[in-house]
Amino acid sequence: MDTPDASRSADALRPSDDPHPAPAQDPTAPGPRAARPEAETAAPGPDGPAALPVRLTVNGEPHELSVDPRTTLLDLLRERLGLTGTKVGCNQGTCGACTVHLDGRRVLSCLTLAVTVSDREVGTVEGLAADGELHPVQRAFVEHDALQCGYCTPGQIMSAVACIQEGHAGSDEEIREYLSGNLCRCSAYPNIVTAVRAVAEER
Amino acid sequence: MRHFTYTRPGSLEEAVREAAEPGAAVLAGGTTLVDLMRLEVARPRRLVDLGGLRELRHFDTSGPVLRFGALAPMADVAEDPVLRDSYPALALSLRLAASQQIRNAATLGGNVLQRTRCGYFRDGVSPCNKRAPGSGCAALDGVNRDHAVLGGSDSCVAVYPGDWGVALAAFDTTVELLSPQGRRTLPFTALHRQPGQRPDQETVLRPGEVITSLSVRATPAGRHSTYLKVRDRASFAFAVASAAVALELEGDRVLDARVALGGVATRPWRSPEAEAELVGHRIDPDRARRAGEAAFAEARPLRQNAVKLRLGPRTVARAVLVAAGNAVEQRRAQQDAAAQPTAPAPERETRQNRRNPR
Repeated sequence: MDTPDASRSADALRPSDDPHPAPAQDPTAPGPRAARPEAETAAPGPDGPAALPVRLTVNGEPHELSVDPRTTLLDLLRERLGLTGTKVGCNQGTCGACTVHLDGRRVLSCLTLAVTVSDREVGTVEGLAADGELHPVQRAFVEHDALQCGYCTPGQIMSAVACIQEGHAGSDEEIREYLSGNLCRCSAYPNIVTAVRAVAEER
Repeated sequence: MRHFTYTRPGSLEEAVREAAEPGAAVLAGGTTLVDLMRLEVARPRRLVDLGGLRELRHFDTSGPVLRFGALAPMADVAEDPVLRDSYPALALSLRLAASQQIRNAATLGGNVLQRTRCGYFRDGVSPCNKRAPGSGCAALDGVNRDHAVLGGSDSCVAVYPGDWGVALAAFDTTVELLSPQGRRTLPFTALHRQPGQRPDQETVLRPGEVITSLSVRATPAGRHSTYLKVRDRASFAFAVASAAVALELEGDRVLDARVALGGVATRPWRSPEAEAELVGHRIDPDRARRAGEAAFAEARPLRQNAVKLRLGPRTVARAVLVAAGNAVEQRRAQQDAAAQPTAPAPERETRQNRRNPR
């Protein structure tokens, strides 16, 4: 078990071949593109409506699950797929810690019901690094010291990656405006802006 | 969150049929509804997801009528070049709302139906006639700095929180609706009700009725328009006061004026009083100030929100000057600065008011 500090910052910066495989990423499972049912079954309450099937792709990996309709995408990622890089912050859409990409657009996974993302592509912080190499935004966060406790960092990074892709990182002012949905209680904002600007300028 | 059944209809007709079932709620972007369901303020027994209806995602700003499908994402419409150039009030109202993550999910139709941020409505337990009709209103004598000074009643003073709806109210906007009884079209300003004695009834929508599109008649006033939003922090906050202003000018005289207010009223609030102060006149700071004061002539403050009676008129006045083009304002500001170097700018003064409302 990671120490809390290590897991928080490491989640944001962990390459995809990290030796903590989530249950759904078991390398012994069938071929990489084949959808497969999860071992775990949903357990909606005895009075509740039946579980519903959800088929989605997470970081390029197809999954087929059965979920209680109340399950948010955030809970599905963390509790069912073991992808705990995406953080639970306010759980009401005001902090940005749970930011993920849905079909390439950044959204809040705490306000997204899992049943609504069937047949869609989800990207999380675990999927950013490729071949053991950190994503340029992850590297910039390290280089520019853009975090303290690290809890908001996965959300900041997912938001920043999208912000740059959208073309909304043209100036410090624009970066601040378009990252305003990601709060940082340590107030690492100046270094976050510096990190994002550094990556945007490289492109 | 309470249990509900979930369906994702493949056609609009099927959707409105299901939405008319008892206990049903319609899900669009979900940024308000999922939040309220988790708080158990909204407790739908059936959730009808419109997400499969791709035809509602289109918008087209090229014709004599700007058409916006109800499910067009706020983020996409905010970036539309026609809106940015020719209707800054509409584009700004979207760009200054929420955060990019929320604007990516939230839809134009869902946004106009956004529920109030009143803390007593959202807490699930306080007396609240909007959430639990007949239970009273905790805000009347409670923490009400953020509440309405226009359009309230002794049942409810909750603010309509949206921005886009306020900007739409400043144009000739119609809303197209579909229910199991068929289609109908309403002026946008007829969609929301004032709370009166039934604050739980926020709109005139019938059971199962959904917004399918919003249409704005093209107008040259779009170019001379703006949306000014005053907030407690620079971004990602609801308006303490906002104003959408659109002016049709002939030379420097106003032929037609549209003024709508946000953050201060119980619904998207059109102000004919402010408009009457502008039409036929040349815009200068004094004229703008009169329009702002006229907009709030009937305003009634609560114990903690008298600040809105100072902030609101100044927000309108500033928006009028911005909409008319900044030339007049800048000339005057230079004169003011020369004559009275310590005079605070309106927004600065506002911040001081907030800390020390009296």
